[in-house]
Amino acid sequence: MSERETLLSVSNVSLSFGGVKAISDVSFNIAKGEIRAIIGPNGAGKTSMLNVINGFYHPQQGQISFNGVMRKRMKPYEAASQGIARTFQNVALFKGMSTLDNILAGRALKMHKSFFWQMFRYGPALDEEIEHRKFCEEIIDFLEIEHIRKAPVGSLPYGLQKRVELGRALAMEPTLLLLDEPMAGMNLEEKQDMSRFIIDVNQHYGTTVALIEHDIGVVMDLSDRIVVLEYGHKIADGTPDEVKSDQKVIDAYLGVAH
Amino acid sequence: MMHLLYQIFIDPFVQMAGAPDLLVQTLWEGFVGGMLYALIALGFVLIFKASGVFNFAQGIMMVFAALTMVGLYEKGVPAPLALLLAIGVMYLLAVAVERLILRPLVNQPDIMLFMATFGLTYVLIGVGELIFGGSPKEVPTAQLGLPKGAYDIHAFGGLVSLQKIDIAAALIASIMVAALAVFFQKTRIGRALRAVADDHQAALSVGISLNQIWVIVWFTAGVVALATGIMWGARSDVSFSLQVIALKALPVLILGGFTSVPGAIVGGLIIGIGEKLGEFYWGPLVGGGIDSWLAYAIALAFLLFKPEGLFGEKIIERI
Amino acid sequence: MFYREVGQFKTNYAADQAIFPIRQDRIGLALILLVAFIVIPLFGGEFLIASVMIPFLVLALAAIGLNILVGYTGLISLGAAAFMGVGAYACYKLSTIFPEVNIVVWIVASGFVSAAVGVLFGLPSLRIKGFYLAIATLAAQFFLQWCFQRVPWLYNYNTSGAIEVPTHTLFGVPVTGASATPVTRYYVVLTIVVGMTWVAANLVHGRIGRNWMAVRDMDIAAQLMGIRLLPAKLLAFAVSSFYVGVAGALMVFMWLGAAEPEAFNINQSFILLFMVIIGGLGSLIGSFLGAALIHILPIIVRMVPDALGIPIGAATVEHLTFIITGAMIIFFLVVEPHGLARLWAIAKQKLRVWPFPY
Repeated sequence: MSERETLLSVSNVSLSFGGVKAISDVSFNIAKGEIRAIIGPNGAGKTSMLNVINGFYHPQQGQISFNGVMRKRMKPYEAASQGIARTFQNVALFKGMSTLDNILAGRALKMHKSFFWQMFRYGPALDEEIEHRKFCEEIIDFLEIEHIRKAPVGSLPYGLQKRVELGRALAMEPTLLLLDEPMAGMNLEEKQDMSRFIIDVNQHYGTTVALIEHDIGVVMDLSDRIVVLEYGHKIADGTPDEVKSDQKVIDAYLGVAH
Repeated sequence: MMHLLYQIFIDPFVQMAGAPDLLVQTLWEGFVGGMLYALIALGFVLIFKASGVFNFAQGIMMVFAALTMVGLYEKGVPAPLALLLAIGVMYLLAVAVERLILRPLVNQPDIMLFMATFGLTYVLIGVGELIFGGSPKEVPTAQLGLPKGAYDIHAFGGLVSLQKIDIAAALIASIMVAALAVFFQKTRIGRALRAVADDHQAALSVGISLNQIWVIVWFTAGVVALATGIMWGARSDVSFSLQVIALKALPVLILGGFTSVPGAIVGGLIIGIGEKLGEFYWGPLVGGGIDSWLAYAIALAFLLFKPEGLFGEKIIERI
Repeated sequence: MFYREVGQFKTNYAADQAIFPIRQDRIGLALILLVAFIVIPLFGGEFLIASVMIPFLVLALAAIGLNILVGYTGLISLGAAAFMGVGAYACYKLSTIFPEVNIVVWIVASGFVSAAVGVLFGLPSLRIKGFYLAIATLAAQFFLQWCFQRVPWLYNYNTSGAIEVPTHTLFGVPVTGASATPVTRYYVVLTIVVGMTWVAANLVHGRIGRNWMAVRDMDIAAQLMGIRLLPAKLLAFAVSSFYVGVAGALMVFMWLGAAEPEAFNINQSFILLFMVIIGGLGSLIGSFLGAALIHILPIIVRMVPDALGIPIGAATVEHLTFIITGAMIIFFLVVEPHGLARLWAIAKQKLRVWPFPY
């Protein structure tokens, strides 16, 4: 793994809300093309870490470099335009829109035709619309959601909503894909489907994936390397086998007699 | 240009220093107006805390309550009885609101409930005018035991005139604020109210009846509205044109935050005094009448620097 | 039976991305346009054209504008009427300063003035949202209304304080003022409204509309997908105010012929908001349905007791209208939060499977 190029590196990041420390002095990196998992008990600061990576929270200390560029503060849309896409723990779809429109909305950064052409839905604007529709249809095919293309997402079952959300993130053609508990609340079959999609995305498109997940079995199977957080501190970092045998991790998960 | 700057930045203060009696008079009027704004805002805060509803109809409830009382009196009902009947009407209104609006719309987005209170506004205007007519009515102050006339105090190098009704209004407002604070903090119902405000479902699960709480809160807000309406009415007349005044409680809320009782009071005073000073000293520069929007401008300017209000809770956005 | 898409296969994405993908819908639209452009002017009486159709179209245009802001972008505005006023006064000033320019040009140009003012009052949406923003729009309402009353330049120092529309001609035919026939005015209004509705439909079905709805449904997710909130919101304010402003100019120049500042008061703002809520948030067809219902309601309230032989005063009509409007708002929010537009969609769906519902 070590010969791979680093895509994102987080160094000495600390984040607190008022007096509450969410993340303290955490460093790790994500290599190009790998599947990186972030695990840890509830409240360990995993989601906060993702929020820091895509610019939604601003850490008080520490630095993040993405694609070799250091950054201190960054707005979420800047992170998006650099190629960081994201799904959410509690599905954050655009509830009033159809599946297709949700995925098309993910193309926002790739569509540029001016207001003038949009007004008449003619010429360049229409061509652009059709071209991106084609791209989105490929994603819809890939995720096997053809049958719900025109359905309003608010009425879909949870598992499908998660899949649409993944589709929306993929529409951004991300270099780094952040998945926040992509399999929470799913049954075994749905988990298998979702795992398959994640592996396919990683292998076919070469997308780097960072995911948070509570199902340890899935995490061990999917990921190349794992970061373990507890109470905002990093307690372990390494391949699944290394992490599995780490005493601190075992203590954190199974509890330890004090 | 220099002249204009002088008129804006220097002249008003020269006037203030030159005639301190006028300044005190203006401050006093602003203070009384502010107390009444605070009372209307308090009704909003009560309802917002307990049911999460931004009750746009609070201002109309004030006019409607006062109109019911005064309208009954004009139809020959003795004033104290009319007051009791008006309180009864506010109770019925609270029950109706709970049954017809809150219960069917529970768990809907806040914005839906907000819009539903627009509907309530229109129903109340229509019903009020249909029954009691649209003409302005006078409050029977004497029959309600409210004082009339003014104390004229020779001070600050001139004459300061304090209307007795204004003093009464300020006193009653303070008593009501204090009573509500005690009610919220010390009683069993107050505790239940705060629980409901924090989390509907959690409150339900420990056996608090939401429906009952909502009726109580809307009724309390209705009684506050009635008192406020009578006070405003005694200073001018009771008619639906008062609703524009009632809308000024909204900037008060922006200043104070939607959930804070002290915020409502401080916000009310800032808006009340600020708008009177602005109108009196700066208004003539632009043709007067600026108190129709000055309150909103103050609140808006404030909002840009502190979006959660003076006493509001800081929001941490989570995803 | 008649309304069915069976057999209409789409062979490319262009056909499927069309705004009306079903053939019967396109035929229906053509029929409506035919009635609006030919049947009504030929056979409609003066009352129908001048007191029903022109106001309906003007209000529908304003409702579309407000719907772009409230329904599509999720920003509640309580100051829509003030922006109608901006359009009306802008058109009035422009046409008195440059009377030789075609009036229709000024009606459209006044939309740009309104859009600029809209952007200005939309700026606070950078920091505030939800109820707070709704209250901030009240600042626009009261400040602008105060300007209409207290800035004499706006009404050309008239002693009455009102604005009155002189006669303007288009290709030699009078289109405004007392000598313009209702049919001419109707055609001008109809053309503008149809054109602008078409543009609005294009906008909301494309990238821009999707960005607006994304901001409305989940602003955080929209941000993380690269949609910049402030430009998206300001664009919504601008487009919305443009529509509302043109509607205001049309209201004064093509419908009323004169207006006082009171015509743009807060009640009018509420009425516009009601049209949008009852018609359906985030629906263009809903804007038309809502405008029709709210505009026709007082006429019905007046006519029904007359027909039943019960005498009823003008004031009572007004009060009843208030009560019914308010009750309808609550009723729709409780029973069908998506308004008349959803009822319309359900009716179409029923028709699609009729006569075999399963």
